[in-house]
Amino acid sequence: MSKQEQIRTMDRVNATLKQRYGRERRFRRFGFFAVLLGLTFVGLMFLSIISKGYSAFQQTRILMDIEFTESIIDPAGEREYAVLSSANYAGLIKQSLRALYPEVKGRKEKRELYAIVSNGAPLVLREKVLADPALIGTRTQLWLPADDDIDMLIKGHIDRTVPESERRIKDNVVAWIEKLEADQKIEKFFNLTFLTGGDSREPELAGIGGAVMGSLYTLIITLLLSFPMGVAAAVYLEEFAPRNRWTDLVEVNINNLAAVPSIVFGLLGLAVFINFFGLPRSAPLVGGMVLTLMTLPTIIIASRAALKAVPPSIREAALGVGASKMQAVFHHVLPLSMPGMLTGTIIGMAQALGETAPLLMIGMVAFIVDIPGGAMDPATVLPVQIFLWADSPERAFMEKTSAAIMVLLGFLIVMNVLAVILRKRFERRW
Amino acid sequence: MTNTLLIIILLGLMAIAYQLGVRRSQKVVGGPSGVRALHSLPSYYGFFTALWTGLPALLVLLLWVSLQSGVIRDLVVSDLPEAVRSLPDAQLGLVINDIQNLAQGNIVSGEVSPAMEQASAHYKSLQQTSYAASFVVVLSLAIMGLTFGWRRIAPKYRARNRVEAAIKWMLVGCSTIAIFTTLGIVLSVLFESIRFFQIIPISDFLFGLDWSPQMAIRADQVGSSGAFGVIPLFVGTLLIALIAMLVAVPIGLMSAIYLSEYAGSRFRAYAKPLLEILAGIPTVVYGFFAALTVAPFIRNNGELLGLDVSSESALAAGLVMGIMIIPFISSLSDDVINAVPQTMRDASLGIGATRSETVKNVILPAALPGIVGGILLAVSRAIGETMIVVMAAGLSANLTANPLQSVTTVTVQIVTLLVGDQEFDSPKTLAAFALGLLLFIVTLILNVVALHVVRKYREAYE
Repeated sequence: MSKQEQIRTMDRVNATLKQRYGRERRFRRFGFFAVLLGLTFVGLMFLSIISKGYSAFQQTRILMDIEFTESIIDPAGEREYAVLSSANYAGLIKQSLRALYPEVKGRKEKRELYAIVSNGAPLVLREKVLADPALIGTRTQLWLPADDDIDMLIKGHIDRTVPESERRIKDNVVAWIEKLEADQKIEKFFNLTFLTGGDSREPELAGIGGAVMGSLYTLIITLLLSFPMGVAAAVYLEEFAPRNRWTDLVEVNINNLAAVPSIVFGLLGLAVFINFFGLPRSAPLVGGMVLTLMTLPTIIIASRAALKAVPPSIREAALGVGASKMQAVFHHVLPLSMPGMLTGTIIGMAQALGETAPLLMIGMVAFIVDIPGGAMDPATVLPVQIFLWADSPERAFMEKTSAAIMVLLGFLIVMNVLAVILRKRFERRW
Repeated sequence: MTNTLLIIILLGLMAIAYQLGVRRSQKVVGGPSGVRALHSLPSYYGFFTALWTGLPALLVLLLWVSLQSGVIRDLVVSDLPEAVRSLPDAQLGLVINDIQNLAQGNIVSGEVSPAMEQASAHYKSLQQTSYAASFVVVLSLAIMGLTFGWRRIAPKYRARNRVEAAIKWMLVGCSTIAIFTTLGIVLSVLFESIRFFQIIPISDFLFGLDWSPQMAIRADQVGSSGAFGVIPLFVGTLLIALIAMLVAVPIGLMSAIYLSEYAGSRFRAYAKPLLEILAGIPTVVYGFFAALTVAPFIRNNGELLGLDVSSESALAAGLVMGIMIIPFISSLSDDVINAVPQTMRDASLGIGATRSETVKNVILPAALPGIVGGILLAVSRAIGETMIVVMAAGLSANLTANPLQSVTTVTVQIVTLLVGDQEFDSPKTLAAFALGLLLFIVTLILNVVALHVVRKYREAYE
């Protein structure tokens, strides 16, 4: 090979080198941009949800002078439970509002005035009186929840500067509210109702308490069923099963089930658990059973990986000192693989907690006000509650939806962090 | 509640049985010092007795509970007046529901007739008899089991082998759940689908171009003929899945390449889990994001450009679904890219290729089958995804390829057909199961092909 030829090759390489380095830079930048875009989406979602939802943790209340007039609550003066519990507490609030705004006349305007206080306010008074009947005849100042439209106005979600016709709240109402603001009789408080209450048609009374309890019962059922079954299946497949067509079939099935759309599991639950076995609709029990079938593949796959990670020398040592195969597995291999199995289970539970579609199929979408007290009571779960609220037209429900999402994401983050800690702390490298 | 009590009693009995078994095994060899003469450890004799106490009783209880309501129902129905018994199934169901409600002291839908009072009293007494009988039967079975197990204990008795065999059968039973689940899915959607295809011909379903599942409830009702052509639903599903893939594949694949080939270990350690957050967010949250943030954004910008964008455009749903699938694609691609042997990279870099040339000419071709498998899995995911499309896509079955218009998908229709009031013999409800069957078959084919490709590829380099 002559020297000339070599130089020519080098020249050719050098000639294209600039272009090639340019392409390299572009490719690299493109990749970096893709990662950045993905991270932007994460940030955007969290930002949009938190900015919409944080205000739901506060609730607007109005300071009112309430006179517990005996003639309205208990004209007979007998203080009987039935009378006290069905008394006209709304009348007390109306009376107080009339005293606050003596200038309001006319039926229509009065109705507008009464609407600035929530429909739930009379219930607050009722509870106070039932707890302490001595209140009757006295006069107190109480912070009562405002209507959701007023709540939105105070939180600044309704623009006071736009023309009256484009606003949900009319000018006269705004004037009343501004008077309350000037007197410092309207304030925002921490919203405990949102965390503890059941669902309601009135946004200011609606809470996620019922949905959280429903989710809790559903998850308990799921955990009780899926963890033992998942671990048992994994132990059998990994430690005992002979390699034959039957176990191949089982394995193919598990892998496929992990990828079957979740809504199909809902159809299974509807057809088998509800129509065939006659279990009640909307019950966390059925929800938990459907979610068990859904999370089992996840748990089995994770548990098998954990079992695989235990070195064979452990089994051989146990067998060598005379343990039976079963003893070797249950006394030595299983405890060592437990952290991995638990991690997989927590991740499976997190998936189950966020699942919505199959639960729609088995009737967990009902509007349920009561907080469920057991696994057979009709209930809804947190993601379904989010779905229901997202459909509601009121502006105030949008805020509630975002806040409920924040709570749900909070639970999920806690569960995932728990899984990571578990893995970091107990994982053993052999 | 009675069954819970029964189960608690049974568990208590099992604990007692364990203790009795242990004691007896020690006694038959003359106290704890003689344990060496036993075939198995004393605790195995305990487990053996406990299993004999609990297992048969629990199985019978399970059988009892699953059969109880059906038997009681049949008994009550057989005692009803002839006029009620000859009602069609749906109305009979209502009557029985009322009887059950009456028996439980709940609110009843109609007026209470004396016959119904009687039936509900009958129902109540039957239920109480059934509970009492189950108590007696289950508990006596448990005690019989206990004595049986207890009496078999002898020094030479191979208790460990028996217990281990029982445990092994339980393990086998748990591992077959997956098969039963698949079988359950297939059977439950298949039976209802067959009933559907008896009403609507299968060719109309598969090749029809119209979808409007409203059926006339009364004969004189207007405008509800019922058309069950699945093509518009499938086109809508594929359109949204296509948009999702157009978003997810480039971003997911490029992130995987960047993170595995370029990024420093620190950047990778932070960016990867952050990206995977996307995989952990529930789909209902994506749906909310799509419906309330992305869809209005697209519509407003479309209006600025003079485009007519539907507020439930396929674009919004597809875009957000794409975001959801990014981590799925990126982690699967990451796996296959890492599985390409380092020697191939070194060889390529060694003869002077740049990193991007190595990626394009060596790594991607080598990893291609795995990546294709991953993409197929992602497509199956996109087709089966429900909440995003339920919340952000429309209900009207337009046959269009315009991403700015509203389309509907298979999963949306299943949800709308099955949520709310339903009767189980109308083609409208049955159609949901036919759609479910279709969805199951399509995703199954995609999954089987994809899993096969991925596995085969992995083996090639291991």
